[in-house]
Amino acid sequence: MSAPVLEVEDLRTVFLTDAGAVRAVDGVSFSIGAGETLGIVGESGSGKSVTALSLMRLLEEPARIAGGSMRFQGRDLLAMRPDELRSLRGDRMAMVFQDPMTGLNPVIRILRQLTEPMVGHGRFAAPEAKRRAIGLLGRMGITAPERSVSRFPHEFSGGMRQRVMLAMGFANDPALLIADEPTTALDVTIQAQILDLLRRLNAEFGTAILLISHDLGVIGSVCRRVAVMYAGEVVEEAATEAVLADPRHPYAWALVNAVPRIDQPLGADRRLVSIEGAPPDALNLPQGCRFAPRCPFKVERCEREHPPLAEVAPGRLARCWVTQAGAVLPKAGGAGFGGVRAPLPPAAEPLLSVRGLVKHFPLPRESLFAPRRVVHAVNGIDLDLARGETLGVVGESGCGKSTVARLVTRIHAPTEGSILFDGQEIAQASPAAIRPLRRRMQMVFQDPYASLNPRMTIGDTLAEPLVAHGLARRGAEARERVGALLDMVGLNPAWVSRFPHEFSGGQRQRISIARALALEPEMIVADEPISALDVNIQAQILNLMLDLQQRMGLTYLFIAHDLAVVRHLCDRVAVLYLGRVMESAPAEALFARPLHPYTGVLISAVPEPGRQRVLLQGEPPSTLAPPQGCPFRGRCPIAQPVCETMPPLVEAEAGRWVACHFPGGFSHAGLVA
Amino acid sequence: MLRTVVTRLAGAAVMAVLATLVIFLIANTVPGDPVLAQLGDIAASNPATVAEWRAKWGLDLPLWEQYLIFLRGLAHGDLGTSIASQRPVLEDIAQYAPATVELASIAFVLALGIGIPLGIAAAVWRDSWVDAAARVVSLIGVSSPTFWLAFIMLAIFYGGLQIAPGPGRLDPIAFPPDEVTGLFLVDTLLAGDWEGFHDAAAHLVLPSIVLAAATIGLITRTTRAAMLEAMGQDYVRVSRAKGMREHYTILRHVLPNALIPVVTLGGLAYANLLAGAVMTETVFSWPGLGRYTFRSAAALDFPAIMGITLVVSVTYLLVNLAVDLSYALLDPRVRR
Repeated sequence: MSAPVLEVEDLRTVFLTDAGAVRAVDGVSFSIGAGETLGIVGESGSGKSVTALSLMRLLEEPARIAGGSMRFQGRDLLAMRPDELRSLRGDRMAMVFQDPMTGLNPVIRILRQLTEPMVGHGRFAAPEAKRRAIGLLGRMGITAPERSVSRFPHEFSGGMRQRVMLAMGFANDPALLIADEPTTALDVTIQAQILDLLRRLNAEFGTAILLISHDLGVIGSVCRRVAVMYAGEVVEEAATEAVLADPRHPYAWALVNAVPRIDQPLGADRRLVSIEGAPPDALNLPQGCRFAPRCPFKVERCEREHPPLAEVAPGRLARCWVTQAGAVLPKAGGAGFGGVRAPLPPAAEPLLSVRGLVKHFPLPRESLFAPRRVVHAVNGIDLDLARGETLGVVGESGCGKSTVARLVTRIHAPTEGSILFDGQEIAQASPAAIRPLRRRMQMVFQDPYASLNPRMTIGDTLAEPLVAHGLARRGAEARERVGALLDMVGLNPAWVSRFPHEFSGGQRQRISIARALALEPEMIVADEPISALDVNIQAQILNLMLDLQQRMGLTYLFIAHDLAVVRHLCDRVAVLYLGRVMESAPAEALFARPLHPYTGVLISAVPEPGRQRVLLQGEPPSTLAPPQGCPFRGRCPIAQPVCETMPPLVEAEAGRWVACHFPGGFSHAGLVA
Repeated sequence: MLRTVVTRLAGAAVMAVLATLVIFLIANTVPGDPVLAQLGDIAASNPATVAEWRAKWGLDLPLWEQYLIFLRGLAHGDLGTSIASQRPVLEDIAQYAPATVELASIAFVLALGIGIPLGIAAAVWRDSWVDAAARVVSLIGVSSPTFWLAFIMLAIFYGGLQIAPGPGRLDPIAFPPDEVTGLFLVDTLLAGDWEGFHDAAAHLVLPSIVLAAATIGLITRTTRAAMLEAMGQDYVRVSRAKGMREHYTILRHVLPNALIPVVTLGGLAYANLLAGAVMTETVFSWPGLGRYTFRSAAALDFPAIMGITLVVSVTYLLVNLAVDLSYALLDPRVRR
């Protein structure tokens, strides 16, 4: 191993709050060699971002570094004066943040934002810096960089902005780049592009990379080593592949198994491994192992003594009494192997049947005589959803999946097309005619923080639909039903008088589901119900949705962008692109052998270490002016002149519908089982 | 851009005329009779005199016809004749407006020149003594009644310390400069009259501070809040992570974003300063539009009221347009 760029020894960062010092980072040690890659993974609140900010010495009040040492290229970061630190930041040591939409200054041209660190650190004169900025943008995959540099950030998409942020990070050829969740806000195809870029930059420039993510797959596709953080501590450190294949700390084990893997065979039991409980209160940490209260493998010693981070195998460190004693954690969790999924009973009539659905949103006129521009959100979609089935709708942002969710529940009225719900046409039905149907179809939204009224107790939130639809009288009867609902979604019925802010994100999403269930609906439309949650909580919510479906025979329309989750949960999947269905098929078949090239590249983009991938270049075209012919042809690896005519959605094989002139014409080594 | 300006100007013209209609209707529905105000009790008891007087000013015509006459005059650039001064309203306004424009402009420059730096300092050194001082200054500015502040200032600096001149635009024995713009600061400079310039400037100090006081407070608070919001944005952290100097981060990254809401407030504040100087002008014997407005309203001088309304609404509309256009300079997201 080469001389380390960064050595962190027993780093402690605290937040000085009124209630006491919160130990956000509590004794973290690691080192990164020149040109090496290290990932830090953990759930929100595990201290991974605070670690990154501590390294940059960019902590804001009330955070303080309380102890430890950090040496960068042999120099003590904690002993440096502010001006010494400043001359290091953005020069030898750069950082890329999570949200590219807010990380660029909206009123300053890209060029100046790129050149200011080059000129500010005295490495380049202005004209040279400009040439270099253009060169860097080109390397990051931005087309026409000479013109792009004089643009403002709002003229760029999220993926483009993240490329600009990366270019900014590489402005002065740093020795270390810290990337804090650089792809979390991006679509899976764009994420694949950015991760690929990071890998290449590491290889070409020899820049060491510290990548922070909640997603082990993301880390695995860039980093050779990973440190797993829990409650402010590193609990396991090893080669990424080793952790993924054989985790040696129970928390890492839970993290690995909570996520469905896109390459894993599907079992009959679709429950995921989830660990109950929540991370410990950082003000009041347990005296023994911090994970012990939630650990399925704990022994008596774990509650008593705090384990050290010690070697459990050559080159592998874990903070666990059990594995240090030589025990091996079980191979896989509930997502069992073998067996086939129980076939669905053939349904005579689909519960929901959508034909030729179109939704256009006209934009306000820009001036009195300008033509009105129109967002073509949904451009002719057919879907069938059988009773008791789960239909997954996937696609990149802007593909119209959320609009479809709002159309079938008639939150929006469609521009054209028909929507049959249980045989009843509701596409253009009046609000009065829809009202009785609302009981039978309910929605769960993405953001559990925004979708609950902060001024209503959860008891009132849950009782409201019951009373409004006359299912229960206000008072004792409603209270009893609300208690039963809370119990059903795994919450304590005694919590009825609490307010939403007293709950965690996962608990709030349970409340949202309880609210949807209150009216005993037949169909639940869930729009990205788990994407705002940590992986372990995701597993809990998915398990809950599966349980409820079995117990109550629910029908789900499940909107998501996480393909592995969709494959795991859904019976059928519809792939949307620019407001059209590209492919619709049973989940297992679709993922095993995609017929549409877009499905293929979408699956290929899922970050999973060791997989060969086909990178999808570019971004979806604008919904303001959708292209003629096949909407995907501009990015399609197998496009032909015939694709200038729109291929119809036809049944290419039994039960498999695809809109492509060359179904199955694109195959990809990593996907064929 | 040019098309936006033209469209907006046309819209502004329509709005200004609509504003005169509203004021015309309101002025004619308030109880009160210009006859009494103008002719006095004795003359007003003679029906013949009253009828003759009404016919002379067109007050015997139906309301819609009176308004049409006003509009016809407007189309020819004629705002009618003031009942009280018996002079064309336009001439009256041209005589009084420069004094107000001068006072309001100086007050505006003061408000921005003090408010913005103070707001920036309060945000950068949040919770320090600077922030506390800025809070006190803005509280005093916003909460002191103008007439009270005006008297206190006069009592201290003119009556007590005798370091400021008394009311009026110039020393009572000085001659006003040859009128070019009507702005004494400009006219004295044009005439090369340094003594006059100094006199005019000294007379502006107290009234402009009094007039600006409330606006200084508002601008300080708004700047501080906007700065704090912008300082919490990710791009500020990014700038620090790039190793930019702190004052560079504040001035080049934070300030341009924070100025956007301040410009909105600034525009409205300038229009308010122009139209709202009545109290200050009265206390400081300032021969401006504020006092003219007050006199015309007291005399129910309809043509004068209509003329002032038009001037004030046109001012507001132009300032608003200027604010909107300056957005395009400050914020590339609203450019087209």
